[in-house]
Order: sequence, then structure tokens, then C-alpha cells
Amino acid sequence: MIALLLRDLKLAFRAGGGFGLGLAFFLIVTVLVPFSVGPQSSLLSTIAPGVLWLGALLACLLSLDRLLALDWEDGSLDLLATAPLPLEAVVSIKALAHWITTGLPLVLAAPFLGVLLNLPVPGFFWLVISLLVGTPAMSVIGTFGAALTVGLKRGGLLLSLLVLPLYVPTLIFGAEVARRGATGMETQTPLLMLAGITAATIALLPFASAAVLRINLR
Amino acid sequence: MSFAAKANTLWEYANPRKFLATSERVLPFFWMTSFVCLVVGLIWGFFFTPDDYKQGSTVKIIYLHVPAALMAINCWLMMLATSLVWLVRRHHVSALAARAAAPIGIVMTLIALVTGAIWGQPMWGTWWAWDPRLTAFLILFLFYLGYVALWEAIEDSDTAADLTSVLCLVGSVFALLSRYAVNFWNQGLHQGASVMRAAAVTGADTEEKVSNIYFYPLLVCIIGFVLLFIALVLYRTGTEIRARRIKALLARERLKG
Repeated sequence: MIALLLRDLKLAFRAGGGFGLGLAFFLIVTVLVPFSVGPQSSLLSTIAPGVLWLGALLACLLSLDRLLALDWEDGSLDLLATAPLPLEAVVSIKALAHWITTGLPLVLAAPFLGVLLNLPVPGFFWLVISLLVGTPAMSVIGTFGAALTVGLKRGGLLLSLLVLPLYVPTLIFGAEVARRGATGMETQTPLLMLAGITAATIALLPFASAAVLRINLR
Repeated sequence: MSFAAKANTLWEYANPRKFLATSERVLPFFWMTSFVCLVVGLIWGFFFTPDDYKQGSTVKIIYLHVPAALMAINCWLMMLATSLVWLVRRHHVSALAARAAAPIGIVMTLIALVTGAIWGQPMWGTWWAWDPRLTAFLILFLFYLGYVALWEAIEDSDTAADLTSVLCLVGSVFALLSRYAVNFWNQGLHQGASVMRAAAVTGADTEEKVSNIYFYPLLVCIIGFVLLFIALVLYRTGTEIRARRIKALLARERLKG
């Protein structure tokens, strides 16, 4: 398992593009927002938590089609499926690797982008916390979507159509935490809901992803 | 003993030949009764019920809005049930029924959203509001779209049936989760359930219920929509079965020629 994780991480670092691409996308979305809504700092600080959450979500989505497709193309997915490691563990590791290479950098970059959007000071802490709790769910749900569309030639667009509705609860509670935190309201309820969704998806969704992957590898 | 006999009669329809024969026999009945119910219910509702004292004649949108919304949700539940049957018992008719139902669900969701917008404009002063119920329906619409798109994208039909079934199961959980998430996220304009509450129907509480004057034609319309839905699903499932047969025949021809 560790070996698989290290392999995926190495591939992500060395292959180029995959690792930095999500971050660059996040940056560019954030930079484009003031151009589209105007530079008034009061407006920007109101929408900052939501925009940053949406940007992180889209950046996460962007790297999903590479998650399993590369292994599918060169046949290593078949080898992994026949390996002694259960497929549920394989997809969990894949999701973990995706989170380390995409989710974690997004969490770390979010405060700096928050400065660009004039995020209120108490918002920084809650933005980081909410992203830290929410992004694992996005990786796990995304892995399910990637497993569904792995055999398709042009699965990219379909992948977003399938995955984005599944992101709705995570986005609602995550952005709610960041928004409430930025305006100084209590954040406990949405944060607990977000943590609950993340814990439940991590616990249950790998079974669905593995089932779907088995069908696709048949 | 009686249970086994009952189970047998239900699972018999997993045989496509049996399914087609029976559905062809009962289809005219469903078409006719749904047509009669809809005509009677809509004419009764539109022309022979008084205007609401507050809403005027716009209240009559209820005869399309409520049944369509009801069927939009029940259609997904039916797809969930048939998907489960396919995953557990591998009956092809079941998977094809789920596939046949999805576009009907899309249309029902659209009818509910559009009639809701037309109703909302004079009543709330807006075509659309990010109300929990409205938002949940929009999300349901997106789930339907994704489901249909996945069916269309995969060539091998058994793989497609498997994948869409799993998507339907996972999607159901997330759709339910979204429903409660949007409840938390925004307060609503839409009124609560006021048609089918047992207490309201029996008249036990008079606080917020649809008046019986509107309720009876509405009930006829709902029955009409249910029958129409059953007829459409049976009809479309038959079409899917025949399309599958044509494909098999063509493949056999190519093999010969």
C-alpha cells in the first residue's frame, strides 16, 4: 500500500503538469473573479469564501480524469486489480494520492488567494479548516467519478456532469463554514456536517468505486 | 406456499417475451384510463372549480405542478428499485425499464420546474428563487441528466446497465443528502406539504391544507399522471427490448453474410 502511494506520488511529481496545474487553475480563477464582478473590495470580501471554495472545487475536478486514466491506458490498472491488495484499498490509495497532490496544495494556497480577494481576517482560519475537512471528500467522490468513466474515450466532460452534482452537499456545508467564519458567526453545525460527509464518503464510497472499476475491467 | 406463488408471478415478467405479451395486453387499458383521468381532472379543475380568494385563477396550475413533481420523484425511486433488481437478480427487463424511465423523469422534473416558475411569477414576484425545494428539484434534474448521459456514453449495454445502476444507488444517497443540505442552506418561499398529509386530508387540522374543492380534481389528475407514467414506462421498455432484439438479429445476419 505504501509502495503504491509512493509510486503514485512520484508519478504525479515527475510527470509534470498534473501537480502544478490544479494550483495554477485555482490562481487563475481567483484572478479572473475581480475582472468579472468589479474591483470593489467590499463586494469581493463578501463573496471571497464562496469563490475560493468554488475555485478549489473546480481545480480538484480538473485533475480527476488523469487519476485512473493513465494507469488504464498503460495496463497497470489490470495488474493492480489482480494484485493481492483488494481493489477497495487501491482506490482509497489513489484518492489519498490525489488529495496529497491536489487537495492539500489547494488548502495551503487558499489563504494567499484570500488576500487577493480581500477575505476578512477571521475568515482565513475557517477557510483553511473547511477546505482541510472538505477536500478529502472531493477526492474520494472524484475517484468514484473517475472509476465510472475510466473506459470511455472522451470521459472528461461526462466526468464533470456526473461528479459536480455529487459535490453539492460538500460545497454547501464547506462554503457555509467559510462564510459564517468570515462574518464571525458560529460554525460548529456546518463544520460537523461537513466532517460527517467526509467521514462517510471515505468509509463507504471506495466500495462503490471498486465495484464500478471491476465492472469496467471486466 | 402462498408467498412462493406470489413471488413466481412477479418474477415471471423478467422474461422479455412474457413481459411484452402482458404489457401489450394491459397497455391500451393504461393509455385509456390515464387519458380519461387527465381529461376529466383537468377540465374539472380548470373550468369547474372556483378561483382562489388570494391566488385567483393561478391556483389551477396545481393540477399540473403537483402531479408532475410527484412523478419526478417517484420515477427516480422506481429507477432505484429496478437498478437494485438488476444488480441483484440480473434481469435485463429491469435494467431496460430503468433506462426507459429516466427521460420520462427528466420531462416530469422540467414540467414541475416550468409550471412552478409560471406559478411563482405572479405569486412570489419572481420566476426563480433559491428556495430549498426548487433547488433540490434542479439538483434532481442534474442527476437525471448525468444518469442519461452515462447510459448514452457506454457502448456495451450490460456494462452500461451495471454502471448506471451503481450511479443510481450512489446518486440517491447524494440527492437525499443535497435535499437536507439545501434545507440547511436557505429558508424557503415554497409552502410545506399541504396536499397529502393524512391529517389534512381527513380534515383534522384546517390550518394549511388544500381545500377539498381543489383536492378531488387534483386527486384525479394525480391518478392520471401515475397511469400515464406506467403506460409510458411499459411502452418505452417494450421499445428498448425490441431495439435490443433488432441489434441481436443484425449481429446474427452479419455473422451469416
